[in-house]
Amino acid sequence: MRVMAQMAMVMNLDKCIGCHTCSVTCKQTWTNRDGVEYVWFNNVETKPGIGYPKRYEDQDRWRGGWTLDRRGRLKLRAGGRIKRLVNLFANPDLPTLDDYYEPATYDYDTLISAPAQEHTPVARPKSMITGEDMAITWGANWEDDLGGAPQHAPSDPNMKDLADKVKMEFEQTFMFHLPRICEHCINPACVSACPSGAMYKREEDGIVLVDQDRCRGWRACVSSCPYKKVYVNHKTGKAEKCTFCFPRIEAGQPTVCGETCVGRLRYIGLVLYDADAVTEAASVPDPRDLLEAQKKVFLDPNDPRVVAAARAAGIHDDWIEAARMSPVYRLAIDYGVALPLHPEYRTMPMVWYIPPLSPVMDAVTGRGADPDDADEVFHAITDLRIPIEYLAELFTAGDTEVVAGVLMKLSAMRHHMRSRTIDGTPAAGVLDAVGMTAAEVEDMYRLLAIAKYEDRYVIPAAHKEDAAALEALADGCSLDGDGGPGMTGFHMEGNASGKRADGRVGLPLFVRKG
Amino acid sequence: MSDFALWVIAPYLALTVFVVGHVWRWRTDQFGWTTRTTQVLESRLLRLGSPLFHLGAFMAIGGHVLGLLVPKSWTEAVGVSEHLYHLVAVTAGTIAGVMVVAGLGLLLARRFTNGRVRRTTTRMDKVLFTVLGAVIFFGMAETVGVNLFGGGYDYRETVAVWFRGIFYFQPEPDLMAGAPLVYQLHTLSAWVLIALWPFTRLVHVWSAPIAYLWRPYVVYRRRAPAPRSVAR
Repeated sequence: MRVMAQMAMVMNLDKCIGCHTCSVTCKQTWTNRDGVEYVWFNNVETKPGIGYPKRYEDQDRWRGGWTLDRRGRLKLRAGGRIKRLVNLFANPDLPTLDDYYEPATYDYDTLISAPAQEHTPVARPKSMITGEDMAITWGANWEDDLGGAPQHAPSDPNMKDLADKVKMEFEQTFMFHLPRICEHCINPACVSACPSGAMYKREEDGIVLVDQDRCRGWRACVSSCPYKKVYVNHKTGKAEKCTFCFPRIEAGQPTVCGETCVGRLRYIGLVLYDADAVTEAASVPDPRDLLEAQKKVFLDPNDPRVVAAARAAGIHDDWIEAARMSPVYRLAIDYGVALPLHPEYRTMPMVWYIPPLSPVMDAVTGRGADPDDADEVFHAITDLRIPIEYLAELFTAGDTEVVAGVLMKLSAMRHHMRSRTIDGTPAAGVLDAVGMTAAEVEDMYRLLAIAKYEDRYVIPAAHKEDAAALEALADGCSLDGDGGPGMTGFHMEGNASGKRADGRVGLPLFVRKG
Repeated sequence: MSDFALWVIAPYLALTVFVVGHVWRWRTDQFGWTTRTTQVLESRLLRLGSPLFHLGAFMAIGGHVLGLLVPKSWTEAVGVSEHLYHLVAVTAGTIAGVMVVAGLGLLLARRFTNGRVRRTTTRMDKVLFTVLGAVIFFGMAETVGVNLFGGGYDYRETVAVWFRGIFYFQPEPDLMAGAPLVYQLHTLSAWVLIALWPFTRLVHVWSAPIAYLWRPYVVYRRRAPAPRSVAR
């Protein structure tokens, strides 16, 4: 057993209202620079929809993630090492800007500088790439709230087997929002595809990063990431990706997307896992077994043997304690309501999702049945407005049983809390059916519905005593150059107070709660 | 005197700039050391032009190693006659040349007609393309103009001997002074390219990721060096 700690996230899709605050704050923090105008480390998609970039989930086209070779061993879907090197000169699987979208701005200056004329001047859209006039025909959230969905959504790769089940008529259709960041996979395909070895997974917290000094722009990571969450900065010619806001995580703070989430639907915490078991778990033949295989890789932080092995691996006690309190572990393992996005890519993603329930209840109400009746609730789960097959395509490689089990737990929780609040006497039968106790369900309710900040984010700060590298950040870093990820950043003073070089006061980086 | 400047001073000057320039660039500009890929901006023409150009360039480089670094006596010792050598060199050289010309032509057409790619083109890129174009033009004039359709010229008796002489510090400028003009121009433009090399996008050549073939798939790094591995 080789214990490693992984910073992970869970998003509760029931609560996502698609406000894009996460996307905007992330954009302002990380990608408001030349060269990454089109890049959204965090984006929010409306499902059903083809997503960003277009149809990124179609791995027959983009060849992201892993597959098994004839002997059952893991192999990058894009091909073996030699094939990857041969394709250095032109990557056959690389999306182009048109698969994302051409970023645009408006010629606002015309509005105030145009000479007196008969007609009101207009601000024409201009390409941020070429500066030329352009027609804006696509964007990172073009399909927001099913905009244009009757045309686009049927080509959602997750719909391939249920086209006849999905209705696009306004009264019958369904939608939910899917916020996406880098999955910081345990078996990352991007890192494995990087010819330069510039991409790496941090041993301490599992965050996947690109070494900007070592990236040579071979762009294999971009196509090998099945989630398309590594991007080319077309100004610097280097790859960039979601950093899990590592400077904040190191300071014990949640990521910017999590911090600013108005729906309070994100959970961040540690998961301990057995690094020696990863390859075997990612190679199970049936994609539907991947979820259970990944769960088995996770280690129980309350197990004394795990604690001993973690200590031996150099994981500090406060981190082990944080792993015990981790909301991610509770949601994924204890309650079993969180599911990984597309486990069939075999990358072992570490941003998990609680599938959305609300439209289920709507469907039940719509049938004129009593939404409080447990049998009716459970029965309705297989008869949903969001087809359970669709959720299964997203989260369980098509296994509808697992998704149904999660949805039953969530509706049992609602039923329990409703009857407890209204009648004062919750019926036990509903909880028995999902195998949870009243105490467990009420704990889960507090975590999901009350969702206090300190319960959602259990983030142990980085250990400074073995992190001399953190000190170096105070003197600026190589990424602050023109076009670099840090070019709009400020240099912190030595005391990390947040005082900027120009005398203004910025946000102090190292803030500890309580 | 001008022969000495052209065929002795210029090569050493170019090689010095080449070496010192690379050391300087490597130590100061890791962030700029990249292929400066534009495939995300335009992929269709690149997928045709880039493999053509690179494959042709590898063949051309291989041909130069064979023609310049391997002495004529060695190939003759293994039984390769002048006629056979000439046949192989001209055939392979012409194929490689056509690939390089077609590939570079496509890439340049792409770069200057596609607005997205054009905007990423730096002044140094334009200088590089000019010099590279000259080197290729004169090289094609030798292979196709002189050796395929012309009377032929055995550069292995002169140019190659002079070239090897540079590396054991006994250059014989007279050998180059007597070579046909097109060989002189090809050689001179090549030295300019060599001198420019460290300051252009060509540095990506030295980052060819051969180590990828045997390194473990997933790379782990510690944020800070582990206490026990400090001494390593």
